Order: sequence, then structure tokens, then C-alpha cells
Amino acid sequence: MKESTKDHAALASQFNKDEPRVDWHDKTLWWIREKRDKAAHGVPEWELLRDTASGIKENVLSRLSEYLLQFEEQAIRNGVKVHWAADAKEHNEIISSILRQHAVNKMVKSKSMLTEECHLNEYLQEQGIEVVDTDLGERVVQLAGEPPSHIVLPCIHWKKEEIGELFHEHLGTPAGNADPQFLTHAARLHLREKFLTRRVALTGVNFAVAETGEFVVCTNEGNADMGAHLADVHIACMGIEKLIPQRKHLGVFLRLLTRSATGQPITTYSSHFKKPRPGQEMHIVLVDNGRSIHLGRPDFRSSLKCIRCAACFNTCPVYRRSGGHSYHTAVAGPIGSILAPNLDMKKYADLPFASTLCGSCSNVCPVKIDIHEQLYKWRQVIVQAGNAPIAKKAAMQTMTWVLSNPSVYHTAGKAGRWFMANVPFTVNNSLNPWYKQREMPEPPASSFGEWYKKNKK
Amino acid sequence: MKVGLFIPCYVDQFYPQVGIATLQLLEKYGCEVVYPAGQTCCGQPMANSGFEHLTKGTNELFIKNFQEFDYIVCPSGSCVLHIKDHLHSEHPASPDPAVGIRKKIYELVEFLTDILKIDHLEAKFRHKVGLHQACHGQRGLKLSQMSELVAPPFSKPEHLLKMVQGIELIELDRKDECCGFGGTFCVAEEAVSVKMGKDRVADHLHNGAEYITGADMSCLMHLEGILQRQKSKTRVKHIAEILNSQE
Repeated sequence: MKESTKDHAALASQFNKDEPRVDWHDKTLWWIREKRDKAAHGVPEWELLRDTASGIKENVLSRLSEYLLQFEEQAIRNGVKVHWAADAKEHNEIISSILRQHAVNKMVKSKSMLTEECHLNEYLQEQGIEVVDTDLGERVVQLAGEPPSHIVLPCIHWKKEEIGELFHEHLGTPAGNADPQFLTHAARLHLREKFLTRRVALTGVNFAVAETGEFVVCTNEGNADMGAHLADVHIACMGIEKLIPQRKHLGVFLRLLTRSATGQPITTYSSHFKKPRPGQEMHIVLVDNGRSIHLGRPDFRSSLKCIRCAACFNTCPVYRRSGGHSYHTAVAGPIGSILAPNLDMKKYADLPFASTLCGSCSNVCPVKIDIHEQLYKWRQVIVQAGNAPIAKKAAMQTMTWVLSNPSVYHTAGKAGRWFMANVPFTVNNSLNPWYKQREMPEPPASSFGEWYKKNKK
Repeated sequence: MKVGLFIPCYVDQFYPQVGIATLQLLEKYGCEVVYPAGQTCCGQPMANSGFEHLTKGTNELFIKNFQEFDYIVCPSGSCVLHIKDHLHSEHPASPDPAVGIRKKIYELVEFLTDILKIDHLEAKFRHKVGLHQACHGQRGLKLSQMSELVAPPFSKPEHLLKMVQGIELIELDRKDECCGFGGTFCVAEEAVSVKMGKDRVADHLHNGAEYITGADMSCLMHLEGILQRQKSKTRVKHIAEILNSQE
């Protein structure tokens, strides 16, 4: 999984070379947005639910350290081993040491974006440990040697025919068979063998309850349960922001999560884990990896309310037409664009600009994160930190000078229009990104200001 | 009622007819309208690009030009939203004129519906028209209900357009999807911007629009660029032009 050095605009432009594919990608995700709308409109108190969820998460963020300690205490009381990881490296080392203790070199994993964020698979592979992702979509991208392009629908950028070919190559299904039911069955047989033979299973965590030390994992395929129930060791990894105060708060989030994500009323499996069954070992790894720093940024901390439903992906007109990989980070889309700069501002300086600030994301968000406003604020922070391209900076300074001086502006305006009317090739050429696929506006004989002076004064 | 007319820079330079229609509409409804000659731009192009710190000059200029009016009206939701959200003074007096301006600036449509409360228009426009909901006007200024929320529908621009004689408003498949203009996004992310614009245009054409209208000329400039490249007969027209039309 090579890291790209290209920015979002360049990667998106590459994605747009195949326009029918962009159309297909856009329509597929829009269909999910429409399903979300239908599900949300089926709940008359939807906006109240969003307010409530947002309030609960605000409370969690303002008392995070207390809830974390409470959760740890309860989990230990339940017989769970609790680990703290300051960053991705520590997280990966903890997992690897648990595997070593059990002399295990094979593990099943159910979808966990946190382990994607920490690049756990690559880390373990280097140590000769095989990780099999058991979520169907995640298994597809894993076989293809790619990261997920979407946090809920990891292989949404793959067409069924292509998955047929991939399975033919890796799982030996007949060439040319792209029947979804057939392919799913083939994957199930392939994965069942893995489930039965692996002794360690890693899962993510959707919600962790501070009051009880329990955690909930939401899946549609039941793969987290299959992994955790069959394995001798269950490792659950969670970002420290996944906490909720009490069990009674779960209802609010479970009602919102899947309606927002896929338009289903609830996930097929909402599995509650409390303590290891007799003979089993259960670990919870609490991961910071930049979250505490994020919490300390007043303008950006509320993005930690995110419950990873990806509604902002599906609604984002830019995401739908640029694909998840153009964001070159584990969590793509609008929410990824405000989370990633916190981890590495220089590397992800392009992401807050990969938006028109249309605001759709903030309004589908089930926990009411002001995503588009944070995109705007990140732009300011990134530029002030010196991460703007030099040409852009120069252009902005010129523009500022012209627009701050009415007399200069009026001259520049006339000159600009004269230019466009008389020497079109100087503007209308391939170096002008506007003109590549759009005509320039027709220059009028006079500006409004000039007209007003002549006719009104 | 003394109204300061704020005409965004690109409207001033490229679409004077939109400024003229806005002025005539306001005068038709009894406003005393003044266009301060020293105005340039609200500063949004810089701010949305991450250069809000460079907008001191445009902010001060805006305050100087507009602080004296009872109301400030502008035919662009995006520019109005920028002023409402971001205009500030480096040396605020008491009372702060920037705060005053932020409270008395209106986008044209909302000024007509909320302040002038007009219930009748002497306008004719005998065409099939698609309404493009500009995002900043819609989600920012709440000119109409957005499809994301579970809340009662309303639309101020539609309310006005329905008073125009002969007009036929078409339905769109996606009634409030962004057109992809996005300020400097339109050149910085050229590929996605154009694709978004093409898809918006296709929705309007597929549903039979002869004209695409909206309360933000920047979106329409972008859509016009695409329509003309496609040699389409469909045109764009700012909502002020339709509300002021006798066609």
C-alpha cells in the first residue's frame, strides 16, 4: 500500500479521467444518501436525537479523563486487561506483544478504522504475522492490496465484475462469475476456515460505556462476533473518544448510527461485550494517537464527537466525485479532512481545501459536528502555519491589494474586461483552469459601477 | 428606508444587468437606494482560501462604505454570508460598526420576503425555469429548507418566483446539490468542480429547463461556462432579472 505524494486535486483529477465510473460512483453513494434521508424522515424526533447525541458527546469530551478512568476500573473489574497506547506505534506494539505471548502468527480482524489509522496490518506483516480482514468489503480491498476508500463501505469503489475477477484470482471462483450472492458465499466459505483456525481475534469498538466497562461493536455481517466468539483471545481497540457515559445513552446512538450510515434502522448485529467467557482472554487497547492534542484545540475538538457513520462521505458532492483514495488518509471524506491535519498538518494541508464548503456534511452529521466551518478554520491555520503554495500566496496578496484599493480596482476591472474582449487567447488558453472545460463570461460594455455613474448620479 | 446597494466585484465586472435589476426592484418597492462608489469586494475569495488575515483592508473599506445605511442589500447569498459571519473591525469603536453591518445586511431574496414582505410582483417570464439553490444562501442564510434536515419545507426564492406570471418552475432530481463553484475551488480542484457543474447542468436540462436561475451569480457563472461550452440553448439568469422581467 504505497503512500501517494500527490494531493487531493491531482488524485481527484486522475479519478475523473473515467467519467462513466465517476457517474457510477456518484450514483451509488447518492443512493445511500437517499436511503439515509428516508430512514431519518421516518423518525419524527430526528433533530432532537441529533441534539441529544451531540450533547452527550460534548459532555464526554469535557470530562474525558474521568470517564476513561471509570471505564478502565469497570473493565478491569469485569476481568478485561486494559492497555493504554499514546500513539500508533505503541498501539501496534501492544497488539504484537499479545500475539507473541500466545505464540500466534495468524489473526482475524473485523473492520476497525483505528487499526487502519495505525497501519497495524503493515506493521504485523513485517513481523511475519498474517492478518485476515473478515469484513467482506475490507477483505476485498485487502486482497487487492489497497486501503479502504470509505470507512463504512470499504470497497464501494469496486464494481461487482471486478470483485468477480479478484475472487477468481485469489479464491479460485469461476472466471466471469460476478453474481453477488455467489461471490459472497465464496467469501463466506473462505473466511469460515479462517475463523475456525485463528486463536486471536481483533475487533474495533463503536461505543464503550464508562459506567459498566462494556463495549458495543456494530456489524452487518456478524464477523466481529464470529471472530471474538471462536478465538481464545479477543482484542478490542478503541480511540479514547469512543466513550459514552452510561448504558442508557446507547439507545440514542444506536438509533442514529445506521440510519445515518446506510439507511437501515439498526445494524444487523449490535454486539455487547462485557467480560471474557471462561477460558478466554479479553483485552481493550485505549488509543490516543493525537486525540488529546485535538481535544486541546478549541476550534476543532468537536470533531472528536464523530461516531464514524460516514453520512458526510455519502452526501459530499466532492467525495462522490473524487473517490476515497484521493484523500490519501485512512479516514477520507469531510470528517477525515478535519481529522487528518491534526495528525500531520503539512502532509494533509490539501484536504481542508477539497471542499466547496457547501455545508451538507454538517447537516447530515448525527452528532452535529460543524464540519464545513472547521474546514474553513483549518484553511486559516494551514495558511498561517506557512503551508500555502507560494504562487497562491502571491496571487492572494495581489488580489488583496487590488480589492483594498477602489481606484486600483476600477482600473484593473476595466483593463481586465478590455483584455478579455480584445485578446481572448491570452486568457482563454489551456493554462487557465477555468477555460479548460468552461467558457469565460462574456465581458460587458461597462461595469455596473460605470453604468450607475452614468445613469444615476 | 435608506438602502446601501452592495454589488459583488464579479457581478460589477461581468454581470452589470444583475446589479441594474436589483436596483430597479428595490426602487420599485419604495426603497431609497444608494450605490457607494468606493466598494470593491467582501473579502471572501481570500478568506475561503485560508487568507482571512489579509482581509483587513477589504473589511475596513466595507465598513466605511456601508455603515451609514438602514439596510444593506446584495444579490449574492455567498457574499452576504461572508459579511455576516466574518466582517470585523481591527479597531472597533463602540458601538462596533462591523457588528451593526452584520445585523443589517440582507441577501436580495430575503430582503424582499422578510423586510419588504412583498406579496405581489409585476413581472412576466414565460419560460421553463430550474432553480439552483446556492449552498451559502440555502444552508447558510436559510433561504430555503435543506434536504438534509427533518424539518418543514419552505423556499423564499420559490415563493417569489411563483408570483411571476407565465413562469413554469421545473422539478429537479437533486434539489439542493452543490454546483461545484466553491470560490477558488473552481480552479484549484478544476476536475471535480467541472464534473459537479456538468452534473448540475444535466439535471436541469434533463428536466427541461430553458433557464437556470438562482440567488448567487457565482454559481450561475460556473454553470453558464459549462452550458456555453456544451453549446446549449439553455441560459442562466439571476433571480433579480426574472423578478424584474417583463418578457
